[in-house]
Amino acid sequence: MSSNNKPNLAITEPAWVRRILIGTALLFLGIFLFVPLAAVFTRALEKGFGVYAESLKDPDALSAVRLTLIAAAASVVLNLIFGLAAAWAIGKYEFFGKNVLITLIDLPFAVSPVVSGLIYVLLFGLQGFLGPWLAEHDIKIIFAIPGIILATVFVTFPFVARELIPLMQAQGTDEEEASVVLGASGWQTFWHVTLPNIKWGLLYGVILTNARAMGEFGAVSVVSGHIRGLTNTIPLHVEILYNEYNYVAAFAVASILALLALVTLAVKSFVEWRRDQDLEASRLAEEIS
Amino acid sequence: MEDLSIKSTGLKKYSVIPGFGLTMGFTLVYVSLIVLIPLSGILIRTLDLTWAEFWRTVTDPRVMASYKLTFGASFAGALINAVFGLLVAWVLVRYQFPGKRIVDALVDLPFALPTAVAGIALTDLYTKQGWIGSILAKFGIEVAFTPLGVLVALTFIGLPFVVRTVQPVLEEMDRGEEEASVSLGAGRWRTFRLVIFPSIWPALLTGFTLSFARAVGEYGSVIFISGNMPMKTEITTLLIVTKLEQYDYAGATAIALVMLVISFLMLLSINLLQWWGRSRHQADHGETSYVLQ
Repeated sequence: MSSNNKPNLAITEPAWVRRILIGTALLFLGIFLFVPLAAVFTRALEKGFGVYAESLKDPDALSAVRLTLIAAAASVVLNLIFGLAAAWAIGKYEFFGKNVLITLIDLPFAVSPVVSGLIYVLLFGLQGFLGPWLAEHDIKIIFAIPGIILATVFVTFPFVARELIPLMQAQGTDEEEASVVLGASGWQTFWHVTLPNIKWGLLYGVILTNARAMGEFGAVSVVSGHIRGLTNTIPLHVEILYNEYNYVAAFAVASILALLALVTLAVKSFVEWRRDQDLEASRLAEEIS
Repeated sequence: MEDLSIKSTGLKKYSVIPGFGLTMGFTLVYVSLIVLIPLSGILIRTLDLTWAEFWRTVTDPRVMASYKLTFGASFAGALINAVFGLLVAWVLVRYQFPGKRIVDALVDLPFALPTAVAGIALTDLYTKQGWIGSILAKFGIEVAFTPLGVLVALTFIGLPFVVRTVQPVLEEMDRGEEEASVSLGAGRWRTFRLVIFPSIWPALLTGFTLSFARAVGEYGSVIFISGNMPMKTEITTLLIVTKLEQYDYAGATAIALVMLVISFLMLLSINLLQWWGRSRHQADHGETSYVLQ
């Protein structure tokens, strides 16, 4: 068709309509996305860089950073292993009840963060099902680090699996079957055949898991008990500072999370670009052969 | 290939690829431990209450007021996102302008930005001293610590859904149909209404429902800007937290169960919508190929 290279005037809008539509869209995004982002950094640096750095060096802030890193690392490792296993089982085999399993994996997305925390309080809290037994054996899960890790694992549960399942389903089983028939073991097949095919999706899933794990607020808030220096993550520390009217420090710590969000978006764009390039390359290769 | 899959073992088709037992076993154990067993606790704990107690808890006037605010503001926010999300998707797919790639990437900000950060940033902007709040105050509009503030926060966190569901559909759309419509004498607006809109409608509805579902369960971004006044600006998730802090596990669980049931219904309707969209898509394709023959 001739319309592919240059814009076809018959199927686009007059220039003034285009300008109004672009302007309205940008105004909406500006007010709802750009201004809040700018506000975080402006408020954080309001009293100069010295105060900003001071807020970040506070021992409570540092311990919040440490706990957040622990929870995020645990979530990424556990959900990565799970995501790979689930995608392998769902993507490479045909079995009964597959759609039910996929729906179950999606469940944590549909659950409110507050409810995600609540379910662990019901299990492990003082009045929970296992509470008395845990208290007898002096094991603390709720209002302690294990509870925070559990809640974070729950809210980030589907991210890697959701990226990998459609990818591995789309790629089918031909390459793996060829590899196994030629004598490779299951692990060799996974490392040398499957992994190179899914690496971008995998990276993307890990980034999303990490971003959500570091920023989770509702679920963690319910199980943490807000003990300063012990069970506070970065977002909970932001809340405490804000409620103490210590705005500059609150926004300084918040700006770290906002930076993390921007890095996440940048990496996401890069991964999408690489994936498109790979797709394009394989399409070209097919055309040539 | 064919002869491999004919041999069937029970519920699973035969495959030469090893590892089914290991990966499937691990998946089922992990799903059960992290998701199924903890979630079933909600049901079991609610059974501690009699039906009358349960009903009294979930229909208490303060709880009812919170449903009204939560679902009302979530619906209105999703509606705003449907209108502006469609506009943003349209502009990103159809037009060229400087900085488009950055704008496209920035649309996902509400997914990536922690809700607590969004919450304090929005509150700071919309109080009477804030950048936006001070302008609105001149017109007598108060946003922070009113239901309007809840609406602003819920619009923010649901913003990417409609854009990201409508965008791929617009990208894949066959421009030939639009040309056909124009050559048959329809104007641009008529073409949009009768040719373009019907094919993006299922995606738009899916995005709306996702945005609505996300808003209903939201907590972090709302509790700062809402002011949390009982009967006025208290959202349902906050009530669950409040009851939990008072060690009223049964009360918190009863309200959580109501929210869970509503979330499941919405998840179900999203899946039905997507199935509807797909089958419509296929039907369309069947029709086109018939015409071409």
